[in-house]
Amino acid sequence: MPLIKIRDLHFYRGDRAIFEGVNIDIYRGKITAIMGPSGTGKTTLLRLIGGQLRPDRGTIEVDGQNVHELSHKELYELRKRMGMLFQSGALLTDLTVFDNVAFPLREHSGLPESMIRDLVLMKLQAVGLRGAHTLMPTELSGGMARRVALARAMALDPMMIMYDEPFTGQDPISMGTLVNLIHKMNEAMGLTSVVVSHDVDETAEIADYIYLLSESKVIESGSPVQLKRSSSQWVQQFMQGLPDGPVPFHYPGNTLADDLFEQKASV
Amino acid sequence: MIDIIRSLGRWGLGSLQRLGRGHLFLFHVLAGVPGLFLRFSLVVQQLFSVGVLSVLLILISGLFVGMVLGLQGYNTLVDFGAEESLGVLVSLSLVRELGPVVAGLLFAGRAGSALTAEIGLMKSTEQLSGMEMMAVDPLRRIIAPRFLAGLISMPLLAALFSAVGIYGGFLVGHGLLGVDDGAFWSQMQVKTDWYGDVLNGVIKSIVFGFVVTWIALFEGYDATPTSEGVGRATTRTVVHSAFAILGLDFVLTALMFGEG
Repeated sequence: MPLIKIRDLHFYRGDRAIFEGVNIDIYRGKITAIMGPSGTGKTTLLRLIGGQLRPDRGTIEVDGQNVHELSHKELYELRKRMGMLFQSGALLTDLTVFDNVAFPLREHSGLPESMIRDLVLMKLQAVGLRGAHTLMPTELSGGMARRVALARAMALDPMMIMYDEPFTGQDPISMGTLVNLIHKMNEAMGLTSVVVSHDVDETAEIADYIYLLSESKVIESGSPVQLKRSSSQWVQQFMQGLPDGPVPFHYPGNTLADDLFEQKASV
Repeated sequence: MIDIIRSLGRWGLGSLQRLGRGHLFLFHVLAGVPGLFLRFSLVVQQLFSVGVLSVLLILISGLFVGMVLGLQGYNTLVDFGAEESLGVLVSLSLVRELGPVVAGLLFAGRAGSALTAEIGLMKSTEQLSGMEMMAVDPLRRIIAPRFLAGLISMPLLAALFSAVGIYGGFLVGHGLLGVDDGAFWSQMQVKTDWYGDVLNGVIKSIVFGFVVTWIALFEGYDATPTSEGVGRATTRTVVHSAFAILGLDFVLTALMFGEG
């Protein structure tokens, strides 16, 4: 039985359809990647799973609970078992690295400060930033900020972690570190991971299963190997990063000749 | 013509939606206030940034406003040989009107804009969303302590403004223009009523504190999460707060002193 079950998901922003009839299963203990071009609603999907947005139709079940039928209190209880790594890290800028990681523990655990200190240092040790615990978020690089955010997301030992574009804008060393961390954390802690990304190589390296989203639908799904062998031209264009194909290089519009002629006529 | 009517309708609906969101926001924030008495340290931190950091501005402004009142009041009163009533004029002007109103306007400019920018930036950097996903309600953890701090700070700042202003009026009246100090203080004491003047001024400042802090926090929370959106929200805080203070001042003055 999947940990997250999405059925017939419809979500609109104004008149624009973001999802129309999306079905996704995310299994326990696996790393599932949600991939697709920019603007296809990957981050929106994470917000729907986390209950920050409401679908217009369809259901999202997490651990057997329909997220959007829960009361405020029940939703917050569920979120204690869900970690989320935001693209920006979303660290609290007026707190140190240590206090950021300690934040969810202080809010929810009721543990004494000495125990919180030990737990925070252990989480920071796991992401390699124990030595940076006195720094402020503004003193961290982008990669370091995401690692701190990862330590914070793990603070309450959640059952799952959602990663929103974890590799975007990272240098090769930071990217390698993050890929390695996500993979190891998933194995060591028995987590379920949902990785939203459009970095094909890094994501395919660690994902057990990939869903490809485009035009409000799941275009294809399968293991990384299956997708790389897919006969779909769209999938091949995305997986290989080809500049032209079913997704055209040119934004739809008039022909070049029409536009040039129109410009001359108006002059 | 149809376009104008359509845009008017859209503007009207948008304004009503915002008003509704603002009231729901206030309802949730007020629901979070009682819980703060168990974690009062959160409020104390905000009392420092909202209240204490505004004190210098309030003191300096209050002193100058009081000094100007002393000068202008003396020039008018001296024509009627009533310059010894300068203390009454300065104290009533400050306690009833200028203390709450000017302190409120300064509070909106200093603390209100800072609150909007802070909350707006927290929103645009996903700190509020991050908190929600950590199962921490930002309305209770972030907004409610700032709201209570604003509510507590404003009357104290207005009282400081009035006190320093009265002393500024005394400095000019007695030190510069030679008004008898005994007459200044004794007439002020006799003519300034504790309930009718001071308490009404305090009520005004509490109302202004409530409204300004509400506007500032809501504008930040409702801001478009971009640098331009936060900038606009900050401007709206100052403008809307100024209108709210001046409008409410008229209403409260009519209710408190209208029959006098």
